[in-house]
Parts: sequence; structure tokens; C-alpha cells
Amino acid sequence: MGRRLVTLTAALALLLTGCAGGDERPDDGVVRLRFQSLAWQKESVDANKQLVAEWNAAHPDVQVDYVQGSWDSVHDQLLTSFEGGEAPDIIHDAADDLGDFAYGGDLADLRPLLSERLRADIPARSWQTTTFGDGIYGVPFLQEPRVIIANRKILESSGVRVPTPEKPWTWTEFRQIARDLTTFMGPDRYAVAWPLKEPVSVSLNLGVSAGGALFHLGADSRITVDFTEADAVVTGTVHDQVVVDRTAPRTTLGSGGSDTLPGFFAGKYAMVPLGFAYRQQIAQQAPEGFEWTVLPAPAGSEGLAQGVSPQTLSIAEDSPYKKEAMEFLDFFLRPESMVRLARGDWMLPTGTAALADPSLHTARDGWATGAEVAERLRPAPAQAVRGYPEWKDKVATPAFQEYYSGAIDAAELRRRLEEDGNRVLARYYRK
Amino acid sequence: MSALRTSRPARIGQYLALLAYLVFLAFPFLWLISTAFKPAPELASLHPTWIPEEPTLANFRQAFDEQPLLRAAGNSLVAALAAALIAVVVATPLAYVTARHRGRLATAATGWVVISQAFPFVLVIIPLFLILKNLHLINSVPGLVMVYVVWSLPFALWMLMGYVKAVPAELEEAAAVDGAGRLRTLVSVTAPLLVPGIVATALFAFVTAWNEFFFALVLLKTPEKQTLPVVLTHFLGAEGVADLGPLAAAAFLATLPSLVVFAVLQRRIAGGMLAGAVK
Repeated sequence: MGRRLVTLTAALALLLTGCAGGDERPDDGVVRLRFQSLAWQKESVDANKQLVAEWNAAHPDVQVDYVQGSWDSVHDQLLTSFEGGEAPDIIHDAADDLGDFAYGGDLADLRPLLSERLRADIPARSWQTTTFGDGIYGVPFLQEPRVIIANRKILESSGVRVPTPEKPWTWTEFRQIARDLTTFMGPDRYAVAWPLKEPVSVSLNLGVSAGGALFHLGADSRITVDFTEADAVVTGTVHDQVVVDRTAPRTTLGSGGSDTLPGFFAGKYAMVPLGFAYRQQIAQQAPEGFEWTVLPAPAGSEGLAQGVSPQTLSIAEDSPYKKEAMEFLDFFLRPESMVRLARGDWMLPTGTAALADPSLHTARDGWATGAEVAERLRPAPAQAVRGYPEWKDKVATPAFQEYYSGAIDAAELRRRLEEDGNRVLARYYRK
Repeated sequence: MSALRTSRPARIGQYLALLAYLVFLAFPFLWLISTAFKPAPELASLHPTWIPEEPTLANFRQAFDEQPLLRAAGNSLVAALAAALIAVVVATPLAYVTARHRGRLATAATGWVVISQAFPFVLVIIPLFLILKNLHLINSVPGLVMVYVVWSLPFALWMLMGYVKAVPAELEEAAAVDGAGRLRTLVSVTAPLLVPGIVATALFAFVTAWNEFFFALVLLKTPEKQTLPVVLTHFLGAEGVADLGPLAAAAFLATLPSLVVFAVLQRRIAGGMLAGAVK
């Protein structure tokens, strides 16, 4: 028995040493960069891989290894990787996830690395989304406005005015049209379904159209929450549609966007406010003969403006090959490549040259509407707010959920967002 | 024995409760199978059906086309089998010693391993990551196996202690009286009675490692090494959007190895238990 145990132990030890991962650093002079992409839809993954292959073919001395990550777990994974000094060289993420990593010194400041072409191609408002303090910590390259996907037949047969980016609905008009549509559609049907499983980003980003900002920078450089009348325009509309007008069902408030699609396809809801990329699911899943159209979100005092948190590409501070990584990004984000990436993800490019591409201005699948809205996108209000994730999870999400369902009124919503919320934020700005 | 006798209505009630429980357990799995075979329009239907009206293999084709499922399943299998094997090899003697030789130290050690189960993953992952990095075991399946062994060891130990305690010490004493040495007693008397427990523990360790996601996500860097749960997340987009059909198809395939292992070993567990009961 003893001998057997020793043999087994030795075999396991051999197994362990034999299978151990080798050193990833090259010894042949070829720089190897690890690029973690979060692309997940087939067209998008294909576009990413093709671009990497093109780069690798043209740059034998700087090879890029494509690694697929996932949106679901990227923050925790990056956090651990940064702490352990094992982060990928090139990192795909979203602008609103970069703040902690930027302030924590995990991401490289791209200012000395950025090419003039890239700097000039992407508008200043997009660069703002990745600017933290004095540095720029990511290249914003894809963005997704919220739009209203509508059942074309219901909309046209009801006789309501169909909005365009040039002449959008106001929030007041939207509420009235929802009433008209619900009446037209008959019992147990609703003009609009709000999928508000994640109510905070929707409320904040659409609120920008009415001048909402929610977060305000004080003279002492601290950010506090102030729920103004402007913030109440969009939130009040949603609340009233659900609670007062009954033009939106209560049942979808806890749903994700995908969950509302069966009801949308069945004609139970005439309109669903969704992210622009949801068009892909609709194109794939809609039953034969189903006609849909993309409408701009309603406009407020700021027109069609809305907050957005673009997808970004960053470089790890620990990467020894920042210059090479930036050269790859410059290649990866050429206008023609940005168009391929945008089409693959059903999103819009931030780059002005890419955004001008005719393929992104076709009426088909609502591309033109999105492209029109893209010019009005601004950084999401929560973009650079320290402590935002905790404020969102502990205070804002339950408060918005209760408000939209009618459990609390606007005064209580305001009290919670401000009193409870500022208590949370104060901890972050004390440091 | 008469105390165990139950009336007919009570027995019917028990069967109904059992049936309800089975339905409750089976529902997600059956729904997963149903979803895996549905075409996209049926997935988005307001009136979902149990049996797909137009069953399709397209989701499976797409899943295999888009992600390296077989390679990931192979990695998961190696990691889970190795973790299960090592966990029982390490835990069995430990459990025997701890169960048979009680003392303050053994009690404290047992308490500690059980408490260690309460630590959340995120609390231990960074120190663990650094240790494995120093050992050059990041991005390696053996490194992952080590983590899985450490993670499943406390519960494996706890399980096996119960099985060891269930073997009457008098049997070992009788063997000793009959002239058997310590090793002979362990091999010929105790070990056969522990087989069902060892199998059950191995099964537990296997399933834990097979399903584990977070450690694999953080520790494995290159696509070639990624395990199945990590690859499954590649069917998920931002804000919970999912490629539902291929995800269901891939998830269904991911459950098969666990089912096969259970099916193969279930008879062994039951048989061993009965054998122990007869003795």
C-alpha cells in the first residue's frame, strides 16, 4: 500500500510538472500582445478575428493573440488580473467600467501614445467618456444609443404621428401618443413596454435629453446627487405611463430587453425602448411578415441628446509593449475597420469618418435613425462618478424600481437618491 | 418497525410530494432541452411550447461553429477528473484519522476546514492568484486542479468523516483479534465499506469542479486552456443579452458528462450502501 501511494504521488507530481503552463514571454524577438475582446455575436467575433489576422499577417514581429472575454464577468476578471500583474495588454471594456482601473493606476494614460489621426477622428465628447483626471485611459470606438423599436403596422394604422430624428416626439407628446395607441390597440395591450431590470442607466442616460444630470460637481471637487426638475421629466413620464395612464405594463419593469420581445412580436406592445444593438435579435427572431421600425427616443429641452457609455479599448499599464499595442489599436480602429466592427455589433462607431460610411445610413434595419442620433450622444452622467456602482446597487436601483412600480412617490425617490445616495458618495470623496 | 408503517392516504401524499419535487427539479433541465431544439422564432414566441413545433439542430451547429466546445469540454474533464481523484486520495486518510482519533486538535482542524467554506471566492482569489503566479501555475490546468482540490477538500473531508464513523470500530477490533495487522485491517475490512462514500465524495468533487466558473475565468488566460463554463459565457452579451438558442444547446451538452458520471456511479453508490447495510 505504501509503495502504491508513493507511486501515485510521484505520478501526480509528474502530471503537475508535465502539464504546467510555459512562460508566455517570447524568446525569439517577436512581441506578443494579448488582446482580450468582449465581442460575442458571430459577425462581431468574425470581424475582430479577421482584423487580428490581417495585422498578424502584416506585422510578423508584433503578433496579437486574440482572447475572448465576456461582458458578464469582465470587471472581476480584470480586477484580479491587474492585482496579479497578469492583465491582457489590450483590454476591451466599457467606458463606465474604466474609472476605478484608471484611478487605480492599472490602465496606461494613452495621451503620449495616441496618433493624431485617431485623436482627430473621434469627437471630443467621446474622448470625455474615457478621460479621468488629466489622462485618457481608453479609446472609445463603439456606442449604442437607446431608440424605440416599434411595430410599424400598429403605428401606421393608428394614425399617430411617426417621429423622425428631425422632428422627434417630445416627452409630453410621447405620453399622449402612448395613451392614443393604447386606446387604439384595445384591452390587455399596451403602447409601450419598459424593460427596466437595470433602471438606473436608462433613467440617467435618457434623462440627459431633458437636461437631467443628477450628479453635480461642487466647488470642493466633490460630486453630489441633486435630483432636479429636469431629472424628473423622463422618470416621471415612465412612472406615469405605468402607474397613472396604464399605457405601459407593470410586468415588464423587472424584465431585460430580450424578455419583452415575445410580447412585442405578438403585438401586445407597440413599442419597446431598447439599446440600438437589439435590432440584431429582432431581425433574427421576428416572425415572418413582422414589420418593425426604429424611432428616435423622445426629445426634451436638450433635443435628442442622451448619455452613452461607449465600448473602449485600453492598454494595461503593466504592458511592456504599450507603443506596439497602440500601433495595433490605430490599425484596428481605421475607419474601414470601425465600420466592420460597428456592423458586426449592430452599433455605431464613434469615429467621424466611419460614421459617415454610407452603409450606416441606410433605412434598412434603422441604421439611418441611429446614425442621426449618434451625433447627439454625450458622456453618461455617471461616467466619472466615484462610488457610482455602490450608489447604483444599494440606493438607486431599488429606489427607481419602487418608484416606477408605484410603491413610492417622486418625493421619496428624490429623498432616497439624494440623502441615502450622498451618504454613499461622501465616503468616496472623503479619501 | 410498526412505527414506520403509514396509512394509505399518507403514502399517497408522500408520493405526490415526491412527484412535485421531481417535477420541480426536472423543470429547468427539460426546459433547457426544449429550448436547445427550438428555432429562433419559437424562442421569441409569446406562447412557449414544451415540444418544439419545428425542432432544429441549428442551435447545436451554431454553438459548435462559434465556440470551441469540444476543446473546452476536454479541459473541464481533465480538471474535474484530476480534482476528484486527488481530493479523495488526500481526504480519505485524513478523514479516517480525524474520525477515529478524536482530540482537541482534530476537532479544531475539522472546525477550521468547515469554516473555510464560508469564505467567498472574491476574498481568496487575489492571494490565490498571486501564490499561483509565483508557482508559475497561472494559465495551467494543474494550477486550476490545485485550486479545485483545495476548494473541495473541506467538504470531501466532512463527507468522508461521516462514512468512516458509520463503519463500526468493533469490526476493526474483531479483525485485530483475528490476527490481522493494521494495514490488512484497513485494506480488507475498512476500505471496502468506505467505497460508496469515496465514490460519492469523488462525484461531489467532480461536479463541483466541472461546474466551477470564477476560478477558471480568472486563472486561465488563453483560449486553449479555457473550460466549458467559461466558454458558455461567450454566448452572453452586455446587459444580460443572450444568444439563447446556442447557449441552451451548449449548456445542454455541458450537463451530459455529469449525468453520465452519475448514471455510471449511481449503481456503485447504491450497491455499496446496501452491501454495508447487510453487513
